Amino acid sequence: MLRTFTFYEVWLLILAARWTIILSLAAFVCGGSVGIVVAIARIAPYRALRYLMSGYIQFVQAIPVLMLLLLFYFGLNLFGIRVDAWSAAVLAFTLSTSAFLAEIWRGCLQAVPSGQWDAARSLGLNFGRTLLLIILPQAVRMALPPTVGYMVQVVKGTSLAALIGFTELAKAGTQINTITFEPVLVFGTVAAIYFLICWPLSMLSRHLEKQLRVGRMQIPAM
Amino acid sequence: MDGPLNYTFQFGTVMDRFPELLAGAAMTIRLSAVTMVFGLLIGLVCSIGKVYGPRPVRWLVSSYVEFIRNTPFLIQLYFVFFALPNFGLRLSPDASAVIAMVVNLGAYSAEIVRAGVEAVPEGQIEAGRALGLRRLQIIRFLIVFPALKAVYPALTSQFILVLLGSSIVSAIAAEELTAVANTINSQTFRSFEIYTVVTIMYVAIVFAFRAIFTSIYAFTFARRG
Repeated sequence: MLRTFTFYEVWLLILAARWTIILSLAAFVCGGSVGIVVAIARIAPYRALRYLMSGYIQFVQAIPVLMLLLLFYFGLNLFGIRVDAWSAAVLAFTLSTSAFLAEIWRGCLQAVPSGQWDAARSLGLNFGRTLLLIILPQAVRMALPPTVGYMVQVVKGTSLAALIGFTELAKAGTQINTITFEPVLVFGTVAAIYFLICWPLSMLSRHLEKQLRVGRMQIPAM
Repeated sequence: MDGPLNYTFQFGTVMDRFPELLAGAAMTIRLSAVTMVFGLLIGLVCSIGKVYGPRPVRWLVSSYVEFIRNTPFLIQLYFVFFALPNFGLRLSPDASAVIAMVVNLGAYSAEIVRAGVEAVPEGQIEAGRALGLRRLQIIRFLIVFPALKAVYPALTSQFILVLLGSSIVSAIAAEELTAVANTINSQTFRSFEIYTVVTIMYVAIVFAFRAIFTSIYAFTFARRG
């Protein structure tokens, strides 16, 4: 018994898109929190710590996110730790987002001219205060466009949670496709909803980048 | 019995199936390599069209790039695999995977290479014309080569993402590394061991490709200035 693809099905997809947005926000907030710590540790005045964080970034960026999802979802269950699809997804996306954001933010932190560090240190500020009062405020301006740009990758990446059975937009799409068998309409609609979430973010990122270039000519933009 | 602490690892089960995993890894590399070549070709043509082409071409390239870059690869893959048969194009999982991957990379590399093409100074092309270079020679030596050199790091990071993203095509059961891992997992239930081994294999492949890209740069771009 096939169902037809009506506005009701479109509405179901829009409801499922809420989970895409919630999952994206969770991934971005958790991944960003870990990422900022990693980025700062990556430029900290301790060589061992810098190497460790560099290794973390290189390693995590070499693992497919889908592998992380499968590893957390199936792998941890065997140890008697119950992991549902939501927790596995948040864990996996946190790990991968943290590595990519850390690398973006490290670049921004290091793009602040090193004379700023020297000046702050010679005024008697320690590493923490220099970072907080002098470096971060300048780095945040530069970090904004690529960070917003990366949010697009996060939103698109959450579609992989469908493959471990978490019902967000992509999963809802495959489910509705199996009962209506209208792949063109269903996946066309799903793609359109993703596009409506991602495109404004892409535009914003581009706009911020342009503004940064106009507003602060004296700072070499990355 | 299976508490958190008394789980016994059995990597033996995975090692018995290692030849299958190796075949899967070979497929992953083949898929990715084909994608890199054809995706870059599409990217080159599109980026030159975007910068030097007439308005309809520019508009067409922009919509292609924007649309692909703002929708998930998984959905593009589903569209190729499930929706194209409606237009009379029935493809095998492997063919669908290659097509989706090439179309996807084409858009990303178009955007990356465009930055390099735009950075080529107008005077360089005029100088080429003044020296009597033919149109294709100008495109090859004065546009494509310097543009690729300028964007090489961004381009190779994107190529690494292609390798990682190829695991997604397991969703339509193309026989690459992740799909093989899923098959073995469903037969043996040694999930942790299998996915750990496969993760290590991906890391090894990615590190190898990073090294290859670095040496390609040293042999092609670094020498000719």
